[in-house]
Parts: sequence; C-alpha cells; structure tokens
Amino acid sequence: MTATSPVKAVTEFGDLVSLPKLLARNARVYGKKIAYREKEYGIWQEWTWAEASTVIQELASGLMALGVQPGDHIAVVGRNRPALYWSLLAAGHIGAVPVPLYQDAVAEEMEYVLEHCGAKVVIAEDQEQVDKVVEISERIHNLERVVYYDPRGLRNYDSERFLSFEELRRRGRGALADTTPKMQAIVDNSNFDDVCVMLYTSGTTGKPKGVVLSNRNIITTSANSAVFDHLTHRESTLAYLPMAWVGDFIFSIGQAMWCGFEINCPESAATMQTDMREIGPSYFFAPPRFFETLLTSVMIRMEDAGRLKRSMFHAFMKHARKVGPALLDGKTVSGWDRFVYKLGDILVYGPLKDALGLSRVRIGYTAGEAIGPEIFAFYRSLGINLKQLYGQTEASVFITQQPDGEVSDETVGVVSPGVELKIDERGEVFYRSTGAFEEYYKNPESTRDTKDAEGWVATGDAGFIDEKTGHLRILDRAKDVGKLSNGALFAPKYVENKLKFYPNILEVVVIGADRDMCTAMINIDLYALGNWAERNNIAYASYQELAGHPRVYTMIKSHVEEVNESLAGDEMLSGCQIHRFLVLHKELDADDGELTRTRKVRRRVIEEKFHDLVTALYDGSKEVSTETEVTYEDGRKGSIKARLQIEDTKTLAAKGAAAKGATA
Amino acid sequence: MSSYVTPDGRTIGDVLLEVKNITLRFGGVEAIKNISFDVREGEIRAIIGPNGAGKSSMLNVINGFYHPQEGEIWFHGKKRRAMKPSQIARQGIARTFQNIALFKGMNTLDNIMTGCFTHMHTSLIEQAIWWGRAEREEYRYREKVEHIIDFLEIQAIRKTPVGALPYGLQKRVELARALAAEPKLLLLDEPMAGMNVEEKEDMCRFVLDVNAEFGTTIVLIEHDMGVVMDISDRVVVLDYGRKIGDGVPDEVRSNQEVIDAYLGVPHD
Repeated sequence: MTATSPVKAVTEFGDLVSLPKLLARNARVYGKKIAYREKEYGIWQEWTWAEASTVIQELASGLMALGVQPGDHIAVVGRNRPALYWSLLAAGHIGAVPVPLYQDAVAEEMEYVLEHCGAKVVIAEDQEQVDKVVEISERIHNLERVVYYDPRGLRNYDSERFLSFEELRRRGRGALADTTPKMQAIVDNSNFDDVCVMLYTSGTTGKPKGVVLSNRNIITTSANSAVFDHLTHRESTLAYLPMAWVGDFIFSIGQAMWCGFEINCPESAATMQTDMREIGPSYFFAPPRFFETLLTSVMIRMEDAGRLKRSMFHAFMKHARKVGPALLDGKTVSGWDRFVYKLGDILVYGPLKDALGLSRVRIGYTAGEAIGPEIFAFYRSLGINLKQLYGQTEASVFITQQPDGEVSDETVGVVSPGVELKIDERGEVFYRSTGAFEEYYKNPESTRDTKDAEGWVATGDAGFIDEKTGHLRILDRAKDVGKLSNGALFAPKYVENKLKFYPNILEVVVIGADRDMCTAMINIDLYALGNWAERNNIAYASYQELAGHPRVYTMIKSHVEEVNESLAGDEMLSGCQIHRFLVLHKELDADDGELTRTRKVRRRVIEEKFHDLVTALYDGSKEVSTETEVTYEDGRKGSIKARLQIEDTKTLAAKGAAAKGATA
Repeated sequence: MSSYVTPDGRTIGDVLLEVKNITLRFGGVEAIKNISFDVREGEIRAIIGPNGAGKSSMLNVINGFYHPQEGEIWFHGKKRRAMKPSQIARQGIARTFQNIALFKGMNTLDNIMTGCFTHMHTSLIEQAIWWGRAEREEYRYREKVEHIIDFLEIQAIRKTPVGALPYGLQKRVELARALAAEPKLLLLDEPMAGMNVEEKEDMCRFVLDVNAEFGTTIVLIEHDMGVVMDISDRVVVLDYGRKIGDGVPDEVRSNQEVIDAYLGVPHD
C-alpha cells in the first residue's frame, strides 16, 4: 500500500542550495529584519539577519584560522542561544560539518559521540560543558580546541587549548583578509549534495548513530513544510528544544533560514514560560509532555482559584469543548454558539491563552509521542491550531502531518509534500523522500538495514492508513508489537499512553510479550500528586514515601481498572488488560539510562535493571524488596532501597468475546 | 609579605584586613578573648569552631555591629576608628546573615537593588519623582544588578516575592544583595547551613566564582568541614572565644587541639 502527498512539493530552488547561500540571501533581502533574539540581563537583545551574517563570517574565519579543514567536524553543545546557532552556521562556510550535542548528556555519552565523529573543535556554552570535555579529553583523539561562550570560571584555563567565543571572533576578524577569498570559494561551490549537519539519534537501543543530513535534505524539507503551512518571514518562534534534536534544526535553522523568520531564545530553561508569554510565538512546536504539564498546571491553579473564577472557567470550557474544534475547522456553528464562544473568548479563553503565551499561535505542532485526546481537545477548543505530525531524524522530521481543518488526536496526518509512503505486509511504515538521510556516519551496515537501494527507509513503526480519511495511524514500534503467550496482540505503547493520559501518572512500562498476562510498572507525577497530597493533608517526606502511599495505590488502581475497561471494549487489544501493577520508588531518568534524552522509555534496559520487580509481578508475591542504583546530576552514583507493594487489578472479559458467547 | 599565585591560578595579594588582639565582652562574659588574625586580598578565609565559639561575634566586630573593648582592626593598611555599620559598608565590607535578613514582601530584584543604595547619590526626593539624575542612576544600577542575577542564575525568580522562595534560593538572593554593594570584603555567615548536598554544591561554586571573577576577598563561617577544607585558602579555628588554630586546611585538619574541640574532649 503506497501513498503520496496531496500538496505539491517545491521543485525550484534557484541558487538557494546550501545554508551559507541562504544566509547570504537573507542578509541581502531581510538585512534589517530581526533574525535572532535572546533575553539576557532581563532585556531582549536583538540581531538582524545582516548582523548575524557578519558574526557568522567572523566565526567561520576564526575557525579557518585555527586550522579547521573542509570535512572536519565541529561539535556544538549548550542550550539554545544565538551564538551557538551561529556556530553551527559558521561550520558550513568553511565546509566543516556541525554536530550539535545534547547539553544534558553526561561525560561518557559525550565521549562516545566526540570520538565517533572525530570532532576537531568543540564550541561549548559554559564551564559546565567545558568541564565535561576536559574530563574526557584524554580519551578523545582528534580534539584540538575548545571554544567557550560564557567565560565565567574559565579565565584560568590554558589559553591555547581553550579560547573564548569573543577571542575566536577577534581572531577571525583579524584574519578576514586572508580567509575571505577561501571562504567565498567554498560557499560558491556549496551545493545540495554537501553535508549540512550530523545529528546523533538518541537511540532507544544500543549506541547513538550519527545521521548525516545533506543540504538537499534540510532545504527541500524546510521549503516543502513551509509551503504546507504557509509559513512566511513574519513568523516568530521560540527556540527552546534541544539543539541536538532534528526538530530544532529544521524549525530554528532550516525553516527560519528558508522563510527568513525570527527565532527567540529564552533567558534560561526556568524562564521559558514567562519568556514565551513575552514573545507570543506564531509558530510553535512542543512535545505532548509539554502540553500535558501545562494543562496539569492550569487545572491545579484553577482548583486553587476562587469559586466565581472556577465556575466561570468550567462553564466556558464546557462550551469550548462543544464548539471550539468545529470553529477551528471552519465547520458551521449556530449563531448563538458563536456568540457564547466569543463571550468566552473575552472572559476566559483569551486571558488563559495569553497567560500560557499561546495567544498568537497560528500553527502549533506536537509529535514524538501520542497525545491524550483530552489534552489535544483542550487546546483546540481554546482556538489554538494544534496539529500532529509524524517524523524522525532520518527523514529530516517530516513524514506525515495534519493539514489545517483535518485534525484528529488518533492519526498523524497525510503524507508530507515530497514524501512517498508505503506499508509492508507486516504493517511496518516505509518512506522515500528528498529529506531522507544520506547515511549513518561510519556505519554502512546500519545504513543498509534502514535504507534500501531504491531509497525506501524503514521507520520501525507499525501503522496503517485510515481508509476513510487517508491519514496515517501509528500503533506502536514495530519491534515492540508482539504477542502474549496465548497469541493475543500485545501493543505496550498503546496501553501505556492510555494510562499516561491520567495526570497522576507520569510514566508507565507495560510488560507482557510472550507472557501469559500484562503487568505494569508505574511512575507517579510528583507535581500533580504532591498538590493532591497537600490538599488532602497527606504528609510525606520523600518521593519514595508518596509513591508507596496506600491512597496513591488506591487511586492508581482505579485508573488502571478504567483503562482495563476501555481495553476490554477493543476486540484487538483486550488481551492487553493489566492484571498486576506496582508503583516505582524512583522516577525513570535519562541519567540512569532508563529513558532516552528525548524521554522515551528504554524497555529492554528497564526490564533488565528491574528484573527482580518483573519477577515479583509474575510470581504472585504481594510485595518485593529492591535496591536500585541512581546517578546524580554530577555523575556520582548512589543507591535507593525500597519495599514495594504489588497490587492485583480487576480485568474484564473482552466485550467482543462476550457478545459472541451470548449469540452462540 | 608579598603576593603569590595559587595552584588554581588566583592571585593572593597583601593583607587586606588585620584583626589585632580583639577582646569582646558582654557584661562579664568574654565572647572573644584576645584574638588576632589577618585576611589577605583575594583570599577565601574560613572561620570555624563549635557552637558558641564566637564566630558570628567576630563577623559582627569586623562589620562594626559590635565594638570590641580591646584591640584594633586594620583595613587597607589603616587603623580603623569606631564607625557605624553603614559607614563600614560604604568602605567596601558587605555581609550575609545566618538567619536570612531579606525584605520578605519585596521581590528578588528590589531586594538586590537595596544592596546598591550605599553607592547611590541622589536624594530621596529625586528618587521619589524619578527624574533626570535619579532615573539615570537607577538604570545604571539596574544593569549591574542584572549582571548579578545572571551570575547567580536567578533570572526565573526576578519578580517573585522572596518570602515565597525556598530557603536555598533566599540564601542566594542574600548573596546577590551583598554583591550589589560591590564589596572588597564579603562576610558570609553560614552560607550553606540547612542546605541539601546539591544546593551546597551550587553555593560552593558561586562562592568560588565570586572570588575568581570579581576578585572579592571572602571571609566565611561554615560548619560543613568538607566545604571548608575544599574551598578555603586558610582557616581560623575558634573555641570558647579563643583562637586554637590558624593555617592552611591541611595544617588545621591535623591540629590536635582542633580535633579535640570538635570531638568534645572535656574542658577542665
């Protein structure tokens, strides 16, 4: 089964075939327009495209003067800051390959990536990142220089090996006379086939892989997705997602440069919400978790609000759920309903959207995980055009996306322009596109396994195209979809998502492949439950104590049983009902290897690490003692001991089966 | 004495503050008995000792809150006459307190701004109508305060009333206010008391960074021996108002009298 896009792909690119050429165009056409903004010292600092271009030239010249050759790798690590985006772009001007890294990676993870790509220069944000590089510097061989942006605490470091961003710029300015002709020649020769960026996939299994993306991948994808959503140079976005993630590269560099729109960098991770409110982005991307957390905090604050406000909120939200999505999709709505919605907009929706920083969002996307239907409906009913897309690093993000007016929480949309899609007999989704990656760096074997000779790339996801709408629907990771020992279909993610839609549950791992029943390990949401505990006068001293509280168990049990009830109604998935569960004594964490950096559950690691708990879930015991190793933020290790209760839950016979039994 | 460079690359200069034969009495109680020590420019100098050893009293003497009955204080090579704490603050000595002393109802930003007032020249009336000189002055100091906010990474609580902040952050705001006075000498009274390990690590880093970046000389009182031994250049040990040890951390650690004081050998 194959499918193509309803929207025509861009075919005409003129001479805009590399990022340096796009930058030159923007400096010429949008020279006086704001390109980058960053809040610092309490004020939004601004740079125009022309100013950014100047800094990028100086950086590129500085890197060239340091001896960086075409084809060398330059690693960039830190939070989203204009200086680091410029560093990525400077690499292209001298034919080097930029490699953005996850800023929260611990030193060992960084070591693997730096050694694998053979980075010659690391451009790091601050002392925290520099110290990680110092820690591993003896074991990485090609590294010659470390450039740091924030000099604090670094003044006494060896000044030949470590130099400041300003010093690099200064040297670059000094060398311009010498480097300009060489750089110009490189930029003139740059084309679609050149490597644009290398991004390491977080890797749910095994070591990270370096995904090589060419200028063709990045620019065609950016252009096509810009056409799909009518993006213009007037958009404004907030750059706050990890720079090492392909999405940020496409949104904050690819599309921003193709369209010439502005990106805004928050002051710090903690101020993101207030900064977002000040900016009011028109184009916004966030993972489902973000929308979930935001909704949870709105609900908690409404619980604490006065009675008048609370009842107004609930009354108008009820109305919004009824007509909001229809209004957004341009469907007919009665005059009275429109009037009430308008009133609600003045009294509730407008102020709420403003408080959330979402009042100007024209296009909002979420992807990466399934989003809860209630969460999705909440934002859409407020009139926020939140849509879903499906993609991956290897595709330069876009595989499918939802067009305006055809939005649903269950599907991930139609095929994106420039992409072909097919689904094989086992149900796995394949695509072929101009955005499809070139190769995995130094890993031809994996490249062959993923991308065949005709250019079809395996996504590893199982899904199907909905007959009625033509939209793609994703079930689960193809390799995670399995069978219980009685032959029933086992789709863990589907069940986990259903549970995670409860605000009290942060994370779930469902176990059951090749076993006789499904069980679950559950992480509570400390924010939601902590607030609940406070309101109900439940005292607790630690995460562990709250997680093991009998009333928490009772509450989680009721959630699990509700999910079992809904699963029983689904003929295909009724076997996935959860028979037993426990609440974990620690939060699953990427530092402990239990989640990926993009916060996806690493199933195998967890089953191995907590094998004693898994055994207890299946041997009928009522409680289990365990000791778990944890990694602190500074990399040291410790351990947590706990005694966990295991709870049995009610399961129901499949409704389909029952109905059949009745007719027989 | 001449200046020298520490292994981590900081320059320690001449004597900045010298305390000579100080004795402080409250009625018949001698809180401090004939104590002398010096603090050199650029140094992190710790004062340690069991409860009631006279550590906080010593800081109060240095910043002029208490006036000792005997002894002299030399600052910048000059003998200091009896002064009010406000005059001493203007000379470049700022401090934080063991029990946080912030304006709870005011936000972080305003609290830190108060630290600049020792340097402001405009009158109350000018500031009230906020025009001309007063406006320019406020802008200038606001910029300085913003750099401190950035330095201590408290941007997210800029507009939060300090009373609503957790303890660890209040301590940080207090440090920020002390820094706003641009002190030559910073007195920290138990900056890490009551903090968890992570907060302590953060605070240590800030203290070291303040010292390295601004060249501020720091005198700190602290109970956590790990912290003291890690971050200070020299340590003074007090016990029952007497000085029982003085030197680099390793010397102090192996001093028998200090060990006894901490392990609680009975006093005769």
